[in-house]
Amino acid sequence: MSNSDMQTKTTAKPVKATDLHVGGPEDMLPGVPKRDPIVVATNITRTFGGLKAVDVESLQIPRNAITALIGPNGAGKTTLFNLLTGFDKPDTGDWALNGKSLKGVPAFKVARMGQVRTFQLTKALGMMTVMDNMLLGAQNQTGEGFFQAIIPSMWRKQEDDITERALDLLERFKLVKLKDDYAASLSGGQRKLLEMARALMCRPELVMLDEPMAGVNPALTQSLLSHIIDLKSEGMTVLFVEHDMQMVKHIADWVVVMAEGRVVAEGDPKTVMRNQAVIDAYLGSNHGKDLGTDTDTVNTMKELLDDQR
Amino acid sequence: MDWGSLFTNAAYEIISPTTAAYALAAMGLAVHFGYTGLLNFGQAGFMAVGAYGFAISTLTFGFPWWAALLTGIAASVVLALILGIPTLRLRADYLAIVTIAAAEIVRLLFTTNTFAAVTGSAAGLSGYKTSWQAMNPIPAGNYNIGPWVRDHNEVWLLIVAWGLVGLAALLIWLLMRSPWGRVIKGIREDEDAVRALGKNVYSYKMQSLVLGGAMGAFAGMVFVLPRSVQPGNFQPTLTFFIYAILLLGGAATIFGPIIGSMIFWTLLSIFSGFTARAVEIGWLPFMTSLQAGQVRFILVGIALMVIVIYRPQGIFGSKKELAFVKQ
Repeated sequence: MSNSDMQTKTTAKPVKATDLHVGGPEDMLPGVPKRDPIVVATNITRTFGGLKAVDVESLQIPRNAITALIGPNGAGKTTLFNLLTGFDKPDTGDWALNGKSLKGVPAFKVARMGQVRTFQLTKALGMMTVMDNMLLGAQNQTGEGFFQAIIPSMWRKQEDDITERALDLLERFKLVKLKDDYAASLSGGQRKLLEMARALMCRPELVMLDEPMAGVNPALTQSLLSHIIDLKSEGMTVLFVEHDMQMVKHIADWVVVMAEGRVVAEGDPKTVMRNQAVIDAYLGSNHGKDLGTDTDTVNTMKELLDDQR
Repeated sequence: MDWGSLFTNAAYEIISPTTAAYALAAMGLAVHFGYTGLLNFGQAGFMAVGAYGFAISTLTFGFPWWAALLTGIAASVVLALILGIPTLRLRADYLAIVTIAAAEIVRLLFTTNTFAAVTGSAAGLSGYKTSWQAMNPIPAGNYNIGPWVRDHNEVWLLIVAWGLVGLAALLIWLLMRSPWGRVIKGIREDEDAVRALGKNVYSYKMQSLVLGGAMGAFAGMVFVLPRSVQPGNFQPTLTFFIYAILLLGGAATIFGPIIGSMIFWTLLSIFSGFTARAVEIGWLPFMTSLQAGQVRFILVGIALMVIVIYRPQGIFGSKKELAFVKQ
């Protein structure tokens, strides 16, 4: 990415989606119903041993908006991600995508229904080329059937079509020069980009990104951010887990805060950052602990709070 | 020492039916381990059900060769399903434990006296080749193949065995360059990532297990056609030899298992021929001829170690793939 490119993207203020929930500002409480929810989850619980990792009474994700899921380490964000995408099974609860229940639906079917996720620890398929990684994302491929696979003429045309689409996406994500390289040779940030581009090959409705910025250098962060904003302008819905408060404030339309498995606050970024429960969740969880690892977050949080006052 | 016959015998191992059988079994493992990442340690079990399926259906039920062949394949498919249904949802290492145990159960079931009337127990089975030899289109007699003279049955077997190897190689090549092969390789790299992209990972793993298992069954049948069916031939060491062949040639390659099998058997023949003759003429006075028969496995082991240390990706594997293993 060129320097000027970066500058324009930094200065450009993303257009925020507003008026997502039912009611006024005073109704921005945990579990508030949304005007047009894409995901509706109720009473989701998951325990590991004696620990209640997730205990969410009600959560709705607004359609065509960027929702951030934040919270201190161990708040249950990733567990909730796994539950919503079928990678883990909750003890209780029901949840639906576009009104269709996802309870008991295996992960691969959830993805086929248009809800595609990425992982906190990037899962680029190392010993495959970048292009093969991309092509794997395309849905309904004839050549993925055992018997059809043997006869190339049955899938050659489709293969060309999805290759073209993959090239377009790689171009956008600035990975096209690396298309024939093994994914293992990519840098951490490039792998994040690849994983996101690969998820888009599925033509998802809802993209769920688990810490898309973790371990990504600042230059690439800017590019990743602009891609996430692009998803919204293309009509997709984004739900992402993030620790970086600046970024959340910058791009999120809606913020859901989790602590100790529960949703403790939700609302637009400005409102949420002022919320006492959020401050407690972030600062309170660090009382008496070594702040070394999380100092950045705490400092950012403090700065944000100062900004708001 | 008769170096001429030592090397002529060894060279025949390049094309011998047993080499073809091991190549087929190793290709099955390439599908399992090399391409899909399934740790199947029970390939000997798949070979055993193939061989016994063929022999028992011929001897006990009087099936013609083609029905016996289908029975052997069907038996391996059933074994793959039995192994796969409970374990393919679990972590990869569970499949390794279950397959090695299952292969032993299969072998012991064929060894036990309880079913001696059908399985021949420890003595094994023979005399199942009549229908197979009756359909041999090659006129009876001896034929020269290069420096070797072989009878019509062996020539027929050579044609069929290597024909099967060729077909298996073609099938793997077609599959692995297709979108199906892409999903399979993706599963080897990270099955959760593939699942998150909407692929039914369980189903693909099952297809792979059945395909590689069926190749194992073909291998078992080719293996027992030049000899008799002996339960002792299907010990876990057989699976380890096949793994050695696979790693020698390159795990995720088409020709690796074939060339690996040729090298393995040629080395084995050279070492056994050499040690046997060396003991005979007194070059190795500290060794009996019985010990000489075993020492070849030590030498093959050393040779394999050298190859794996200096060329860990195998003969056909790409060095590039290995560059990232340590990351």
